[in-house]
Amino acid sequence: MEKFSTLITTAVPLPIENVDTDQIIPARFLKATDKKGFGDNVFRDWRYTNDGNKHEDFPLNQPQYANAQILVAGDNFGCGSSREHAAWAIVGYGFKVVISSFFADIFKGNALNNGLLPIQVSPDFLTTLLKEVQTHPATPITVDLEAQTVHYKTSGQEIKTTFEIDPYKKVCMINGYDDIDYLVNSKEKIENFEKERVIFK
Amino acid sequence: MSKTLFDKVWDAHVVDTIPDGPQILYIDKHLIHEVTSPQAFNELEARGIPIARPDQIVATADHNTPTVNQHLPIKDPLSRNQLEQLTKNCEKHGITLYALGHEYNGIVHVMAPELGITQPGMTMVCGDSHTSTHGAFGTIAFGIGTSQVAQVFASQSLLLKKPKSLRVNVNGTLAAGVLPKDVILYIISQIGTNAGTGYFCEYAGNVFEEMSMEGRMTVCNMSIEMGARGGMIAPDQTTFDYIEGKKFAPQGDAFAKAVSYWKTLPTDPDAVFDKEYHFDAADIGPMLTYGTNPGMGIKINAHIPETGDMTFEKALEYMDFKGGTQLLDTPINYVFIGSCTNSRIEDFRVAAHYIKGKQKAAHVNAWLVPGSQQVVKQLQEEGLTQVFEAAGFTLREPGCSACLAMNDDKIPSGEYCVSTSNRNFEGRQGQGARTILASPLVAAATAIEGKIIDITKTVKI
Repeated sequence: MEKFSTLITTAVPLPIENVDTDQIIPARFLKATDKKGFGDNVFRDWRYTNDGNKHEDFPLNQPQYANAQILVAGDNFGCGSSREHAAWAIVGYGFKVVISSFFADIFKGNALNNGLLPIQVSPDFLTTLLKEVQTHPATPITVDLEAQTVHYKTSGQEIKTTFEIDPYKKVCMINGYDDIDYLVNSKEKIENFEKERVIFK
Repeated sequence: MSKTLFDKVWDAHVVDTIPDGPQILYIDKHLIHEVTSPQAFNELEARGIPIARPDQIVATADHNTPTVNQHLPIKDPLSRNQLEQLTKNCEKHGITLYALGHEYNGIVHVMAPELGITQPGMTMVCGDSHTSTHGAFGTIAFGIGTSQVAQVFASQSLLLKKPKSLRVNVNGTLAAGVLPKDVILYIISQIGTNAGTGYFCEYAGNVFEEMSMEGRMTVCNMSIEMGARGGMIAPDQTTFDYIEGKKFAPQGDAFAKAVSYWKTLPTDPDAVFDKEYHFDAADIGPMLTYGTNPGMGIKINAHIPETGDMTFEKALEYMDFKGGTQLLDTPINYVFIGSCTNSRIEDFRVAAHYIKGKQKAAHVNAWLVPGSQQVVKQLQEEGLTQVFEAAGFTLREPGCSACLAMNDDKIPSGEYCVSTSNRNFEGRQGQGARTILASPLVAAATAIEGKIIDITKTVKI
């Protein structure tokens, strides 16, 4: 997994609530047996018409948001299916951070397992940030994982918030570790647990 | 200290606790399917890690399978490749696979319980969010991502933080025509699609105690639609009777021993939950959804709210419905009875009971997709296949089908589908398709009438 420390980049606004994983990557694109290429189809049915033409008004299709590595989305982002393809699609497109006021559980875990940082902020901060990104698309946003802060400057004023992250996951993100490493190293404990279980199995 | 059902099962599976971090939770059973497992197998291969406990894994092919002509080679090369990968991976690692055509093949959350693989007190996972279904047995069961599938392959364990506890109580008497599907759609419409996020839910009250196992599975199945990773119902005599004699259930003395353990699992009377809701069964009616998330539900004869927020307006535009109107009499061309929510024998019994002696509306395309080969067999044995055929319906072969439209079973753009599945997201059943979630009874009535009718006026069961 890629290491994450500090990111300074622009952001794309997606002011829609309850963005489900079927929107992030529709089921018809889940036939691959590897993790490649999902970024091409991220938000497929919002980015393109059924005939394959671009919806010009969709933020991801607008030139001012090209190369942004932060996605700022409405409440309850990533609800629905457990498909990790949704995280692969967002990472594949080039995002490193998703900011929302609320994340669905499974998506949040999947994101963290792929080096994609889900940042939960207050509804007020989200509204302010969405407005900033919509009116000033070129504003650089700084995400500092070590300090657990998101900040940017607008009209000479510094806007800043802090965010929570599980301490274990923070260490994993900063060092690029994943849970498999940890679990494989815990093999002896797991085997002892299997031997010592007394309850009916 | 008093414990909940969830606490008892969770605590019995904790291998270790990381200070200020997650716990290592031991997983008893791991179910896999073709869509969310290939990348996990690749991951282990790339790292040279063996599969820790292949005998605790069961595989089935369900998400990306055709529901007609399953005996023929699969036309779509990508789908064929995905299924071949599953077969190869299972053979290589000695994992039991119920491939297409096998007598035990079916939707993962239908076949495992009916074979007795699912048992109370277990921890179960699968790379599918509707794994919550198995909670109907008093099992901690939840959906995981593919990285976690790889973690379970590698260690038969997961790193998790214990979720908070939530209890939803429903007491009273359900009216005629109100099915378990209506109960869960009602709950989600009341508490919303993210009320359960961060929680594991227990359903309690006489309504769930009196439900069949099939009904309990329908309820627990949709726990994820209110954001809860899983939902559980305390095991009782109904649970034990369902499991007894099933193929992989404990037999003889082992069963008696198991039951005595299972009886210790229900929540202690004075256990405290982090959050609790209470509902009156009399307030629940047959339900429909009008929007694009499962929380946008109303009683079948109610009106869509007049106005709402941006999400509401966006949903109504997608669905082409107007605020303040009723859904009754909306002409419907597509009906889907199937999915891990409602494709069990009881669901088809309900539909057949309504349909018997009637004829399908000529313009309706009705896709009836049993959840497993075992359900197909039961339908034949009970003479229900003939009931459906006499009414102009054709039963398809088992699979996830139009619930997620990964295969060819797609609802055309702009069409409404009254569906017994679990998600009415934009495009879920096909690009531009408009899903209306309902019970198998409402779906059957819609297929006969060709439009949405108020079944509360006709149904007496």
